[in-house]
Amino acid sequence: MSAAPAVEISSLVKRYGSLTAVDGLSLEVAAGTITAVLGPNGAGKTTTIEICEGFRRPSAGAVRVLGLDPWHDGARLRPRVGVMLQEGAGFYPGARPVEMLTHLARLHAAPLDVEMLMARLGLDRNRASSDDRERGDRRERGGHLEHGGHRERGAPLRRLSGGELQRVALAAALIGRPELVFLDEPTAGLDPQGRRSTWELLDELRSAGVTVVLTTHLIDEAERLADHVVVIDAGRVLAEGTPQELTGGVPDDVIRFGGPPRLDVASLRAALPDHASVREVTPGSYEVTAPVDPRLLATLTSWCAANDILAEGLQVGHRTLEDVYLELIGAGRGGR
Amino acid sequence: MNGSATPPPEPPRPAVPPRPAVPSLFAPAPGAAPVGRMLLAQALFETRLLLRNGEQLLLTAAIPVVLLWLLTAAPVFDTGGYERVDFLVPGILALCVMSTAFTSLAIATGYERRYGALKRLAASPLPRWTLLLAKALTVLVVEALQVVLVGGLGLALGWRPSGSPLAVILLLVTGTLAFAGLGLLMAGTLRAEATLAAANLVYLLLLVLGGVVIPLSGFPSGVRTVLELTPTGALADGLRSVLADGAGLPWGSVAVLAAWAVAGLAAAARWFRWE
Repeated sequence: MSAAPAVEISSLVKRYGSLTAVDGLSLEVAAGTITAVLGPNGAGKTTTIEICEGFRRPSAGAVRVLGLDPWHDGARLRPRVGVMLQEGAGFYPGARPVEMLTHLARLHAAPLDVEMLMARLGLDRNRASSDDRERGDRRERGGHLEHGGHRERGAPLRRLSGGELQRVALAAALIGRPELVFLDEPTAGLDPQGRRSTWELLDELRSAGVTVVLTTHLIDEAERLADHVVVIDAGRVLAEGTPQELTGGVPDDVIRFGGPPRLDVASLRAALPDHASVREVTPGSYEVTAPVDPRLLATLTSWCAANDILAEGLQVGHRTLEDVYLELIGAGRGGR
Repeated sequence: MNGSATPPPEPPRPAVPPRPAVPSLFAPAPGAAPVGRMLLAQALFETRLLLRNGEQLLLTAAIPVVLLWLLTAAPVFDTGGYERVDFLVPGILALCVMSTAFTSLAIATGYERRYGALKRLAASPLPRWTLLLAKALTVLVVEALQVVLVGGLGLALGWRPSGSPLAVILLLVTGTLAFAGLGLLMAGTLRAEATLAAANLVYLLLLVLGGVVIPLSGFPSGVRTVLELTPTGALADGLRSVLADGAGLPWGSVAVLAAWAVAGLAAAARWFRWE
């Protein structure tokens, strides 16, 4: 497709004093896709996202979001972009969820219906904390019900759980019907069920034509959701592609095992069939990549026997995004 | 597409993976509300949150009203030759301005910053100047309510105001700016808990030492000069000279307040951190 990218970052650098948080990072987000920025804590994910949101100014490099410069054209950009801050942050502590979202909706031209969105996110506006319910009951028994009755109940945001706050923050990002959303760790602190329903919601956003950029340190999340995964660490892109591309495309099988460091991998390689490859992933941890069959396994173990090596934790399996990720991060860390 | 007369180009339609075109709840329709509507929404939202906050109401309504009523009824402090109510109403009005434009604004803004509300709004279509203007409107609305409450109670207790209403309004507005600058400076630089503690402490100290209920003439002259230069002292003195003595605009008080306003707002603009 020839559609312009929703986000274009080239050679982005962000320094805080002597610390370089983002170090020559380039990436492109195709419109209408879900892109996952995957990396460990402190990799530069949030800094990169916050530069795209216009909160921080790049030290060097160029960032275009929907064709605009987020630092200088923020006023034109903000109505079109939905932002979910990290850890469910971003609310008036004394407001109830429905009030906060109704207020944010009023700042937009054609917002979503607040009640519908809350229902969709499992934020039942009538659900009150047990304290609140008691208070409400007392009020009703006392014979005078406040105007609006149960609609006005519900705990203020400062008393919500982390998971509830996360969902309010996600709702806040979506309320203005944006064409692009930045979600900073949208499922952090959610239970497995909440995580799954968030994933379904993000799928739905994509089908509606919304571009989604999310950060995560959850590999299964990136694998399950993203059209495009960007692995970053130390402020640099280590690898990117579809989850399939990153895991090698074809369903390559692997055998992993542990042993003494610095084994002669060339000798093992020679013992195996031609299409096999052997790597020492980290010292003492080996990986044989090839279509695995009983013969391959037998060949491997006989080579070990011949060399008096006890293979530990021997494991046969597919390469997952997790393997690739850990290798990338491990290699990056080892190289520093 | 590039002609200057043409409207901005449609945002590029994303390359949606081929799926049945189900009308979705989330189909994009971005856009900001008109700025006037955003301003009104923001001011109403903040006013509403403020007016139902118990601790804030204690500072902005309960304490001023109770003090006025109690100290008018009982001769606790010497009121320097004034009728008690005539002395107290100007001081309590100064207390009202301090409670709303300083204490309450500082505490609310400090916690908004701490919980990321300011950052949340910075990512919304609401322009920053609109947010500041909405806060100013909120303060003025609450102050108007306080003036009605305290003035009404004062009149019921026999208060006979004199002087020009215009001078009173000018003093109240200058005082508001002076306190708001200091309140925002505190909220934007300290942690929320520190702001809470410090704002309440300053409220209490200036309630006692700022000429609100105790005449500054009762203090030794050196201390008195210092206290007259505090925003509360200047505002209470200025309001008293107009409302109780029927004097014209007290330029000295206005100058002190204006100096605080300039210094406070400039410092807040320089050092306020939004997150």
